[in-house]
Amino acid sequence: MSSNNNNLGTMSLLFILLLPFLGSLLAAFLPSNARNTEAWLAGAVSLAATAIVASLYPQVTAEGVLRMTFPWVPSLGLSISLRMDGFAWLFSLLITSMGTLVVVYARYYMSPTDPVPRFFSFFLAFMGAMLGIVLSGQLIQMAMFWELTSLTSFMLIAYWHHRSDARRGARMALIVTGAGGIALFGGVLLLGHIAGGYDLDTVLAASGTIQAHPWYPAALTLIALGALTKSAQFPFHFWLPHAMSAPTPVSAYLHSATMVKAGVFLLARLWPVLSGTDYWFWIIGGAGLCSLVIAGYLAIFQQDMKGVLAYSTISHLGLITLLLGMNSPLALVAAVFHMVNHATFKASLFMAAGIVDHETGTRNLQRLSGLYRAMPITATLAMVAAAAMAGVPLLNGFLSKEMFFAETILLNRPGWQYMILPVAATVAGMFSVAYSLRFIHQVFFGPPATDLPHAPHEPIRWMLLPSGLLVSACVLVGIFPSLTVGPFLQTATVAILGSNVPAYSLSVWHGLNLPLYMSLTAMAGGVTLYRIFLWRTSETVPLLEHIDGKRSFDWLLSTLTSGASLIMQRLSSSRLQIQLLVLVCVTLGASLLPVLTREETFWGTHPATPASPAFILLWLVGSVCALAVAWQAKFHRLAALILSGGAGLATSLTFVWFSAPDLALTQLTVEVVTAVLLLLGLRWLPRRDERYAQGQGQAATNRIRRLRDILLATACGLGLAAITYAVLTRPPVEGISPFFTEQALPLGGGLNVVNVILVDFRSFDTLGEITVLGIVALTVFALLRRFRPAPESVPLPNQQRVQDAADGLEEKHVTNPASILPAGYMMLPAVLVRLLLPLATLVSLFFLLRGHNAPGGGFVGGLILATSIILQYLVGGTVWVESHLRIHPQYWIAIGLLSAAAAGAGAWLAGTPFLTSHAWHGELPLLGELHLSSVLLFDIGVYMLVVGTTMLMLVAIAHQSLRSHHRKAREGRT
Amino acid sequence: MEIVFALAVGILAGSGIYLLLRPRTFQVIMGLSLLAYSVNLFIFAMGRLRMGAAPIIDPARGSDPALYADPVPQALVLTAIVISFATTALFLVVLLASRGLNGTDHVDGREPDQE
Repeated sequence: MSSNNNNLGTMSLLFILLLPFLGSLLAAFLPSNARNTEAWLAGAVSLAATAIVASLYPQVTAEGVLRMTFPWVPSLGLSISLRMDGFAWLFSLLITSMGTLVVVYARYYMSPTDPVPRFFSFFLAFMGAMLGIVLSGQLIQMAMFWELTSLTSFMLIAYWHHRSDARRGARMALIVTGAGGIALFGGVLLLGHIAGGYDLDTVLAASGTIQAHPWYPAALTLIALGALTKSAQFPFHFWLPHAMSAPTPVSAYLHSATMVKAGVFLLARLWPVLSGTDYWFWIIGGAGLCSLVIAGYLAIFQQDMKGVLAYSTISHLGLITLLLGMNSPLALVAAVFHMVNHATFKASLFMAAGIVDHETGTRNLQRLSGLYRAMPITATLAMVAAAAMAGVPLLNGFLSKEMFFAETILLNRPGWQYMILPVAATVAGMFSVAYSLRFIHQVFFGPPATDLPHAPHEPIRWMLLPSGLLVSACVLVGIFPSLTVGPFLQTATVAILGSNVPAYSLSVWHGLNLPLYMSLTAMAGGVTLYRIFLWRTSETVPLLEHIDGKRSFDWLLSTLTSGASLIMQRLSSSRLQIQLLVLVCVTLGASLLPVLTREETFWGTHPATPASPAFILLWLVGSVCALAVAWQAKFHRLAALILSGGAGLATSLTFVWFSAPDLALTQLTVEVVTAVLLLLGLRWLPRRDERYAQGQGQAATNRIRRLRDILLATACGLGLAAITYAVLTRPPVEGISPFFTEQALPLGGGLNVVNVILVDFRSFDTLGEITVLGIVALTVFALLRRFRPAPESVPLPNQQRVQDAADGLEEKHVTNPASILPAGYMMLPAVLVRLLLPLATLVSLFFLLRGHNAPGGGFVGGLILATSIILQYLVGGTVWVESHLRIHPQYWIAIGLLSAAAAGAGAWLAGTPFLTSHAWHGELPLLGELHLSSVLLFDIGVYMLVVGTTMLMLVAIAHQSLRSHHRKAREGRT
Repeated sequence: MEIVFALAVGILAGSGIYLLLRPRTFQVIMGLSLLAYSVNLFIFAMGRLRMGAAPIIDPARGSDPALYADPVPQALVLTAIVISFATTALFLVVLLASRGLNGTDHVDGREPDQE
């Protein structure tokens, strides 16, 4: 934390940002019917954030910028940075205060059946993400919050996810704004790279460098893509009308203070750096102008109240974007002013639309009519807000629109560009008047509608309160602009422009000038336009009916999807055999390549030792076993299993031969356990069709495929043999091995180097490995809990039935758990095996304890104990064993892992890093001289885990037969 | 000695790869286990072949690395052996579950039409 963070004001920046996220977390865990608690929580969080933001105002005006910085990736010069200047302050206040009002409204808007925890949780998270954007003092961090708003708004738009339009609208919003977010990220990276740092202050100071840089157009284009998609500007505007399938409080919030405002916020934030060029003018101004006019025109023809408002949002955001694109400081002031004004009247209009929807059950302008009589307060509020939207004098919308008109006249561009802008602005003003008029006139005037789903009436007062507050703000700002919004606007624009803020006058009356005439023309034209189109009822839009952003988006999406699946079809396969074939071929090719291209000889020069006949014989047998497995694995599974054990035995003996006793022991014990495991599995595999066993009915393609695989396998085998031989005929390489051999005794305190490596030098690897083992065992267990055997595998195997019949046992017999020994043919072996258990336990402990100095260790010891327990199961049967010897493998796994971890964590007590070994050597009464080491505890952990893992897996599979017994027994009874 | 060892590695790998490419799950399991033998021997061979030089320090002879076999490949292979057991168990259970769900032991979860 840097030194200037101790200040209370800068600390509050962190509170403002964290509050909504903490609230979101809390809200997620409240019960789904806690409507009031949720609303109180969300309201309190937003109100508290609003209060903190408001309290920071004096400090912001005094100090200019509040900062708080934490190091994040110091090596890359990146830090987490919170930064609040006047502009960020204005936006923070807008976000938090509007959030508070929307929460109040949402409390009464949401139905009792809606799962509100999800709503308020995402709502608060969204608020936090928005605050993150405006408070970020570092561009990468800002891009992250930017993406977070895309994600959380997706969740909010899709809140009613049982509705397909909500899902589709949310997906469209996510794809468009998410893609824009990626573009923005790219742009921000370029910008930071050019400026020499990602800190906002660094970037803002590098204006000259950035605009002179050859990457400037690319950076600008990418950032503009991000901002224009977010602000729903032409041609990316189509997602916003579809996002209105969200609950109305969400729409009110998204359209006013947040989401779409994030785009223009960013453009204004980077205005000092990026604006002033022709690129900026054409990209930003062009998109703004198109959105302003086209969306205004489209808004007139919408049939849905929220549809009108959605297009009007695009149009008004277009106005702001256009102002930003004009490259004039005065236009920037107007843009910031209009951001605030638009937020107030648009939120209250959405709330009015929501109230109408809530009380009448429809938002269709064709059905609604004459609601003024039933809901006069709502109607009055909506009328004032709509008038502000239309730009009627004495309301806030008028002021910023006037400033906009004035700017269009002053635009310093050559030729036709000078002419077209005032005309377009006036036309857009006409549209704005027309749709505002339509919105009010069709809903609230005319004959009262009779066929509404509900009889309309005023909503409860609390639902009107937020809208009422917003409308009074519209009026107050409209009448006394310099007293109300003036100072805040000044602070905000000074924050962007620095000392270059031009003189502007925030008064209602500027005399009879051209902007006023333009306003009057727009009013008169708008009213006329509305009279002309009043009779229209159809859904289509004249002139523009064929331009449909949604259709192109859907086409693009489906083309991309089908294109991707086509490529997948061509380049990939869902079939395992083909995947493996490709894998093997690529590996073969990749290993052949260096052999073929290098100059020096492939074979080493180290003299080979003469082969001993016994070793040749060993591998003659081993190879025959391996080849026989390959030949027989399909039709004679048991034989294949036994033969593979033969190959394993040869491997094990090879380890003995070449000085690896630990490996040999482990291989041998694993061999036993694997064999038991596979034997248990064999029962559930299907019978092979006898026809194929005779070699009949085979298609020629099958034979060709088999030949291909034989050739490939032979090539791979020969290759691997060649590489092995090439390595073996080269002298050993000096690696890290000598260190382990030399230091095993002095540092590790053990004679068995392999064991010392496992439990001491590289014990972190071993800890990871035994964790994997535990996870695998639990996975096996979990998979088997839902195991459903194939029907033909359920009856007892034939061999068992024959044997039972010979022993005179009935078919469904279960060994009597109370008997001392299991009944039947297994009685004698059972006696021996029971005798074996204590002996085997002793042996396993012996191997465990001596492991540090002689072949053995936790792995081998654990496997020996597991084998001897499995033997009990094999001989006695699951029921009988478990009635006598109850082991809980999961506890073994848990205790094993814990003691291994404890052995590692114990090192912390001595102030050394995790898993440093510590030994204690001393004398105890009675026991005499004793040597204790944390390594032994670690190895005991390994031991217990291996026992637990093996037992859990084997017993889980063994229990499957038992389950089918139970099932059969149950079926037999019923 | 070396040539026999190398051939053993090759034969185990060849049989394993052939089985890996077969259509039945049990064949693939067997193939994986043969391949595991082969790869373990291969990694082990990276420490070269030594006889009568187990890496267990004899205090009388001292701890000169030249006296003992390379312990590092041995430590690697030891864990590999245990992990390959876990993999086999997991794969066995997956194949049993697949067989129960799909009614076939074909690796693709369904019988190909030509068979």
